[in-house]
Amino acid sequence: MKGCEGICNITMFNEESYKTLFNNKKNYEDGHDDKKVKSVLEYTKTKEYMEKNFSREAVVINPLKACQPLGAFYAAIGFENTLPYLHGSQGCAAYFRSHFSRHFKEPFPAVSDSMTEDAAVFGGHKNIYEGLKNSYKLYKPEIIGMCTSCMAEVIGDDISSFVNNAKSQGDIPKDVDVVTAHTPSFVGSHITGYDNMLYEFIKYFGDELSAKHEKINVFLGFDTYVGDFTEIKRIFSLFGVEYTIISDPSEMLNSPADGNYKMFRGGTKIEELKKAPGAKGAIFLQTYSMSKTIQHVKNQWGQVARIINPIGLKGFDDLLVAISELTGKEIPEELKSERGKFVDAITDSYYHVYGKRFAVTGDPDIAYGLTRFILELGGEPVHILVTNANKKFTKEMNKLLEEFSKEDSCKVYPEKDMWHLRSLMFVEPVDYLIGNTFTKLVARDTDTPLIRIGFPIFDRHHLHRYPVIGYQGGINLLNWIVNGILEDIDNKTKDSSNFDIVR
Amino acid sequence: MPEKTTVYKDFIEDTLKEYPEKSKKERAKHIAIIEPGDTSCSVKSNKKSLPGVMTIRGCAYAGSKGVVWGPVKDMVHISHGPVGCGQYSWGTRRNYYNGITGINSFGMMQITSDFQEKDIVFGGDKKLSKIIDELEEMFPLSKGISIQSECPIGLIGDDIEAVARKKSEEIKKTIIPVRCEGFRGVSQSLGHHIANDALRDWVYEKDVKGADVEDSKYNVALMGDYNIGGDAWSSRKILEDMGLKVISQSTGDSTLSELANIKKAKLVLLHCYRSMNYVARYLEEKFQVPWLEFNFFGPTQIFQSMRKIAEHFDEKIKERTEYLINEVYGPKLQKITDKYFPKIKGKKVVLYVGGLRPRHIIPAFQDLGAEVIMTGYEFAHNDDYQRTLEYLNDTTIIVDDMTEYELEKTIKKLKPDLFGSGIKEKYQVQKSGVPFRQMHSWDYSGPYHGIDGYEIFAKDVDMAINGYIWKKITPPWEKGA
Ligand code: SF4
Ligand code: SF4
Repeated sequence: MKGCEGICNITMFNEESYKTLFNNKKNYEDGHDDKKVKSVLEYTKTKEYMEKNFSREAVVINPLKACQPLGAFYAAIGFENTLPYLHGSQGCAAYFRSHFSRHFKEPFPAVSDSMTEDAAVFGGHKNIYEGLKNSYKLYKPEIIGMCTSCMAEVIGDDISSFVNNAKSQGDIPKDVDVVTAHTPSFVGSHITGYDNMLYEFIKYFGDELSAKHEKINVFLGFDTYVGDFTEIKRIFSLFGVEYTIISDPSEMLNSPADGNYKMFRGGTKIEELKKAPGAKGAIFLQTYSMSKTIQHVKNQWGQVARIINPIGLKGFDDLLVAISELTGKEIPEELKSERGKFVDAITDSYYHVYGKRFAVTGDPDIAYGLTRFILELGGEPVHILVTNANKKFTKEMNKLLEEFSKEDSCKVYPEKDMWHLRSLMFVEPVDYLIGNTFTKLVARDTDTPLIRIGFPIFDRHHLHRYPVIGYQGGINLLNWIVNGILEDIDNKTKDSSNFDIVR
Repeated sequence: MPEKTTVYKDFIEDTLKEYPEKSKKERAKHIAIIEPGDTSCSVKSNKKSLPGVMTIRGCAYAGSKGVVWGPVKDMVHISHGPVGCGQYSWGTRRNYYNGITGINSFGMMQITSDFQEKDIVFGGDKKLSKIIDELEEMFPLSKGISIQSECPIGLIGDDIEAVARKKSEEIKKTIIPVRCEGFRGVSQSLGHHIANDALRDWVYEKDVKGADVEDSKYNVALMGDYNIGGDAWSSRKILEDMGLKVISQSTGDSTLSELANIKKAKLVLLHCYRSMNYVARYLEEKFQVPWLEFNFFGPTQIFQSMRKIAEHFDEKIKERTEYLINEVYGPKLQKITDKYFPKIKGKKVVLYVGGLRPRHIIPAFQDLGAEVIMTGYEFAHNDDYQRTLEYLNDTTIIVDDMTEYELEKTIKKLKPDLFGSGIKEKYQVQKSGVPFRQMHSWDYSGPYHGIDGYEIFAKDVDMAINGYIWKKITPPWEKGA
């Protein structure tokens, strides 16, 4: 690289000295000869291979989903002064924390009670007693959000009675709130765990029906774009509507570097959560990550609940209409004007998206929203691949494709992994891929430009700080998609006459 | 008492103060001050982490799949159990390899049995058999398969060894079952051990054959280097320059054949003692292959290690080694030191890493003029602490299994100029206004080993410590800015 003075570790392995070293090493590797490797490589690009690939029933290769407690940690950290706590092996907690830190570039404080072999035999009650005692004393949380790793689930620990014992024997004061959620990793995915923890929180704190009031409860779901929280707050203040975001990790995961590290920042206040059952209505901005929670709010709280996917133009419209209908307030002029600006931006750009073929991946809610936005721009989301999809998702997606008369050209692949996607993209290639960092592997293999949207994103900085919903979010998505395409066009034309100055 | 000792004593006392009584007693055994000349280290290690303290440690699965087996590139490694463990450890360690991923190399992949409830209830052995069949169809060029057990496997009574035996015969490939369930042991460390035992039992004891290697008195095996950011390659360069033949490299960028061939070496060069000493000892006992620990971190240690290695060979190698040190590497590295020393001199560094680096890196920092005031291990044993002593030449705090709470205290009280640890620690430290380098992954840089590595390391340390932004943490309107 031109900026490298002396040795350059971006290009050094392409240098002669390393090439010689690699060739020399090959003599000892006992690898297959190049011809054979080449022929298998070509074979994996064929339809024949794809058929075998799609007939897999047991092994999962490069899935796009994580396990329940990760989602539970995310739900818990969205409440004020709350310490996520894993009852189980410490390795899992270390993994969740690293995973979040790699994505957000933020600390993610959380504990585990380090269950080991003896706990597997005798149960993990002692771990809970000591774990609560230590974590409470050292980190002084007001609330502990406890979930379970596989280990605790397999041995069947009764965590809520262990917590009660801990309180009655004085390991922690009786008035410390410990919310417990069972999050077996062999059921569902991280979004299931998110739902389970969120549900336990609203049940724990919001079980008594509080006095009626005019506020709206807003649930963003497993949304890892901290900018979305800011955008939602902005939209509600423009409406002049009071709201409570239920689980808001945006301060926690976007904190200043000012020399004073604080373990807890922001989050939904418990006082607010306690009042949430009395709210006038609820808006859910995701559905698959909150099915249990939604049911509870509808049935137990008896709230009018509007479930919308706020991504894209329809998403923005639905959001504004929902707020207006729930509150009886007019859509403010400023937001009407923003809607117009959003449409204006789309009219400027959609020519570059129209007819382009996309593969869309992600968690169900974001994948749904992105697919719809691509359709709004005139793109063809030919492969929609969602590892943690359920039947309902597939049905809804098919309905959406029908609405745009794309049911023949575009297809939903629920419960499939990226190795399936690799085959698909060789046999039925696309122009662009939308997905998280892991999808860069298939983007590379199939030589398809990747537009990074989703979670986790480890290899680009700051994307999570932006919103993807509302007006600001719409503009961002459009920016990433359209300029991603234009970048690619420049790349593809850099040696030809159509390397245009104006696009 | 020297001033430093008093300050450090206060620091430790103050740090322990907040713990509940029982935990305080326990933690006190894991922190000590070492004075120059001390011949033993009192720090307790390899003990269970206290529940709820926010330990930085991981688990046995991380030690086996993540550290030892995962980098073996021509084998497919199944994360056997639910989806999570494999997902979080997918491609994040930076153990580089050459090859075509998914065709003849399988490093940056997450291959999992994705356990569902029914697998927990009815057992996963049948599924495992089927997985192996499907992997054969998908990856015909793989040289073998390892089964990396996650927590549930050991709890539901699956017999992965039986499956491995049966399927191995069927598909005529090596299959290695590894009982590295996360609840075993107290950290990654037992995972290393279990992984080593699996290598012993399922590769050497089963007499898995490596490719033929021409016999030579210069044959060596490079072991326990995981090629983070290309470390093993950069180390290999030195060995080859010295005239040695590196017939096997493990496990970074390694192959099954290279593993099988370690025993053909005349000398095993062991880099990470913690994670591969078990196999080294076994090979020595069984095949009489001697092993030698070395350190290619920074000029002082590189030259010392080169000479130590050369001692095992003839005059030709020794002469060549002296020539390299005096005529080639020496002047080259001196230039780098000269360039960075003035910018790094006197800076205080705190390290908290895995099972090797907390001691191995110290001299490299010293080469650059920095001072390591505190160092600690996530999962070391007594022998690691003992080995640490020879690396210390000033009063130093040693900590075992540090908690995030202690880390926070360390930053506040000791105010280091640089903190070297892992991803979970990084942002907390930086928000506290202290420069940080990830010393597991080399913070997306590296290699740090060898001649090439020293230059990159020096540059990175300078960049971290002397970045302009660290002077601007306090805003101008606040006092003292
Ligand atoms: S799948 Fe289970 S053992 Fe693995 S990280 Fe998730 S909870 Fe832990
Ligand atoms: S060098 Fe350290 S971090 Fe790396 S494997 Fe060895 S002990 Fe672990």
